[in-house]
Amino acid sequence: MAKVLMKGNEAIAEAAIQAGCRYFFGYPITPQNEIPAYMAKRLPKIGGTFIQAESEVSAINMVYGAAGAGARAMTSSSSPGISLKQEGISYIAGAELPCMIVNIVRGGPGLGSIQPAQSDYFQATKGGGHGDYHMVVLAPATLQEAVELVMEGFDIADQYRNPVMLLGDGMLGQMMEPVEFSTYEGRNLPPKIWATTGYDGSRERNIINSLYIDPKELEEHVQRIYKKYEEIKKNEVKVESYNCEDAQIIVAAYGTTSRIVKKVIQLGKEEGIAIGLIRPITLWPFPYDEFSKWADREHVKAFLSVEMSMGQMIEDVRLGVEGKKPVHFYGRTGGMVPHPDAILQQIKELRGDI
Amino acid sequence: MHEEIIMAGFGGQGVMSMGQLLAYAGMLEDKEVSWLPSYGPEMRGGTANCSVIVSDDLVASPIVTDATAVIIMNKPSLGKFQGVVIPGGSMFINSSLIDDRCSREDIDIYYIPANDVADEIGNNKVANMVMLGAYIKKTGIVSADSVIESLKKVLGSSKAHLIPINEEALKRGAQFVEKK
Repeated sequence: MAKVLMKGNEAIAEAAIQAGCRYFFGYPITPQNEIPAYMAKRLPKIGGTFIQAESEVSAINMVYGAAGAGARAMTSSSSPGISLKQEGISYIAGAELPCMIVNIVRGGPGLGSIQPAQSDYFQATKGGGHGDYHMVVLAPATLQEAVELVMEGFDIADQYRNPVMLLGDGMLGQMMEPVEFSTYEGRNLPPKIWATTGYDGSRERNIINSLYIDPKELEEHVQRIYKKYEEIKKNEVKVESYNCEDAQIIVAAYGTTSRIVKKVIQLGKEEGIAIGLIRPITLWPFPYDEFSKWADREHVKAFLSVEMSMGQMIEDVRLGVEGKKPVHFYGRTGGMVPHPDAILQQIKELRGDI
Repeated sequence: MHEEIIMAGFGGQGVMSMGQLLAYAGMLEDKEVSWLPSYGPEMRGGTANCSVIVSDDLVASPIVTDATAVIIMNKPSLGKFQGVVIPGGSMFINSSLIDDRCSREDIDIYYIPANDVADEIGNNKVANMVMLGAYIKKTGIVSADSVIESLKKVLGSSKAHLIPINEEALKRGAQFVEKK
């Protein structure tokens, strides 16, 4: 299929449809409204169901229901709306159901702003909802990558029976770039024998549940889920290392911020400053080993985490670097976007310290 | 070739669609492109702008901080964006709505009465295409044919009758660059 020029939000919605998603439940919020709008237009035409729920809480529980019945289901929202969905996300993780949750992040806390931000990193990667659980968190930097990660994300969700979050930001949602939809192959997935598709006596009854009154049973349940997480950590880490050979300073950045950093790397080259980039594509599982590997290199003097937040991913960067090199921070927040010159200035100051 | 453009004006002047057409045309010519809109409450009746990158190389950041060109459709945008053009870059000012002159001497400036030209050829709405015509003539980043090809895809068959006037608008815009 040829390339098409699409808005990020629309590309994400189309990718979900092409991945077989036929059930979408959502509630409007800027800057992700093109996702439900696209789904509302397309899904009824292809035998799917779009519901604008009465609230975010309702929407995520509709996802719970559809996922429990074995359907590929999705919801999308932006930061405050995702906060409202946390209870449902915890239940979905507890009940081990696969689904796709898209967060097109805006400035926070509270109602915040509608401009792009990355200040939901903690919420996405460290829980958000209650209890021992993780979502797989995918952070695309380009629209083509967003398309591929949505498609693969549905497969990851099904393979491990776990919710997957696509973490973008307002810029990624609103911008346009050419995308292709035929690039993702698809995984071999087990049949959903656990789904509640109607009892006809031919198998055991399937029950979808996250309530375990007996603590011993709950502990066993959670421990089993955590074995699954070990598998995910082993198999699903994705990271891009760019220009790191010879780099004195390695910048850690994800999503659209990583694109700004790539521009900084170009600017640095013009001035003879070698800057590297480690770009986590999966934020959970986090590519700790990649950071550890480069931290061992003698030419690497320091790391700089650049984020559209007050510094959230930096905690994982530090865990990866393991104290082997200093880790610094530069960020803008509230919907402000870091300027390439300001990042370069930070790097120059760091070099001065070396 | 690498062009980073900011287009700015009032909501309703076709600033966003002008940028989308340029990105679309770039894609049709197998170039790397990105289009990034300003979005937010300021768009309602206020100023709107978009950033477009058309390049032979992969687009790093879609945010334009050092523009190779700006297209200015209204007066508030002149003050806001005249400083972002790199030396040697170019600026296209809609002189139908903007009396001010830009004082910079290190860039190429074109004063184009886009609304007057659009009125002259019969449709005020193609003022944006007059400006785009001048811009692509100056830079050669995409051909007028590719812009028209993109417009055909965007407009669809029901609005095909609008193609000739858009073609004319591109041509009239280009003449301002040829004359200079």
